Amino acid sequence: MTKEELKIQILTLLPTVSFEETGEWLQVLVAAEDWKLFAQQLHTSAELQFDYLFCLTCVDWKTHLTMVYHLTSTTYRHNVVIKVKLDSVNPFIETVSDIWRTAEFHEREVFEMFGVNFLHHPDLRKLILPDDWIGYPLRKNYEDPINMIKL
Amino acid sequence: MFEEVGTTTEGDLIINLGPQHPATHGVLHLVITLNGEIIKKVEPHLGYIHRSIEKMTESLSYRQFIYVTSRMDYLSAHINNHACALCVEKALQLEVPQRAQYIRVIMDELTRIASHELWWGAMAMDLGAFTPFFHAFREREKINEIMEETCGARLTMNYMVPGGVMVDLHPDFQKKVKAFIQQYKAKIHEYDELVTGNIIFQNRMKGIGYLSAEDAISYGCTGPVARGSGVASDIRKIAPYDVYDKVEFDEVLQTEGDSFARYMIRIQEMHQSIKIIGQLIDTIPDGNFQAKTKAVIKLPKGEFYQRVETARGELGVYIVSEGAAQPYRIKYRSPGFSNLSALDHMVRGHKIGDLIAAMGTLDLVIPDIDR
Repeated sequence: MTKEELKIQILTLLPTVSFEETGEWLQVLVAAEDWKLFAQQLHTSAELQFDYLFCLTCVDWKTHLTMVYHLTSTTYRHNVVIKVKLDSVNPFIETVSDIWRTAEFHEREVFEMFGVNFLHHPDLRKLILPDDWIGYPLRKNYEDPINMIKL
Repeated sequence: MFEEVGTTTEGDLIINLGPQHPATHGVLHLVITLNGEIIKKVEPHLGYIHRSIEKMTESLSYRQFIYVTSRMDYLSAHINNHACALCVEKALQLEVPQRAQYIRVIMDELTRIASHELWWGAMAMDLGAFTPFFHAFREREKINEIMEETCGARLTMNYMVPGGVMVDLHPDFQKKVKAFIQQYKAKIHEYDELVTGNIIFQNRMKGIGYLSAEDAISYGCTGPVARGSGVASDIRKIAPYDVYDKVEFDEVLQTEGDSFARYMIRIQEMHQSIKIIGQLIDTIPDGNFQAKTKAVIKLPKGEFYQRVETARGELGVYIVSEGAAQPYRIKYRSPGFSNLSALDHMVRGHKIGDLIAAMGTLDLVIPDIDR
């Protein structure tokens, strides 16, 4: 499917989304409260079938956080990038680990590195960092005078 | 973490496998819940070799950050470098000379063979067979020598740079690669004779660690793990980069989804890699090995994503640029991280000895998972 066809399909699922034209793939901006239902529709929709979440990450923009989901369809081979804006003080979003199970580990990583709270996640604990680690290392305001070497 | 050792209220035993255990191939720590010998749950605890490469990269230039990626999946160092170089080139819309593209693909495939060889030897050793390790390393050593001659290093090559490759090929490169292919073709049947056909080996692999195609997709498995379950996921076919669209090779698929299928995929991939190198080695075009780039590379504002096929699966490099000389944010989607997440699902209900066999076929490299 081309970008334009994808746009039409996505707008029928959720008319409130907006699009960003830059980049290789179609970028869709979704509100956090719409995300869970929209994700389910992307996965089950017969025309889209986004069954494979190949990248899940977060970007700290200082004023806010952005969750970035890269999706592809193993049937149709079309790609889409979903972006969800989150508050940087108290970020929370619904988990998608029940839709794409790979999200379970990726969300745990984002949880410890950015402090994003994934609601209804089955096992939201630190994965890579030690259990007693304080702070969110991949945030831009993170300071660690001992472990971090400033170049 | 270690105080978790003990018994649960249901009488199940909780034990630690690793972080120092020869079968985990590095510092992977698994907390296993056992009922007798039967696995009820496997929980990976990561981070023993976490260096926060993503955070580090935020203060490195676009020339420097490639060197760090060699330390992620150290068995696919070339391919990691390749992914980063491609991502920067994509952002700059830089045309890479044909010669460099040929060299890169040949190097990638040599890396893939070397990586699969190490996997093959190490996996047989996990199952108690010691001899295959020497056979695998005999051939792998030849590749390392070829790499050393041209790149100056045996493991962390840092050979691929934005715009092409660091230095031109060694004058003996073509001759040595051709000699290697010839010698390798004569020896590769030993692998099947030594291990594949062995009835004890087959009994330990067949039907163990089953992963269905739906689960492989849902867990985000890629590479030989996904292809062992019949999921076509080869980035070299889906989104060809450099000269992969000019060479003929098959994407090997098996539908059984068990450990033996994943084993067979890697064995056959070695044959395919030989086929790719054979097509390119005689026709490396003359010309520049590197495109001209500025001394300080600055990417335009935006987001860039590049996927490549490493020996383990799909590596994704996601660069968020604010127009500066350093990336604003970088994310490595490493294949091992997603493949490992399927381990618990694969081995539940199996005996603990089968965990080692199943884990061996995931081909985990721990620095790649922890980053």
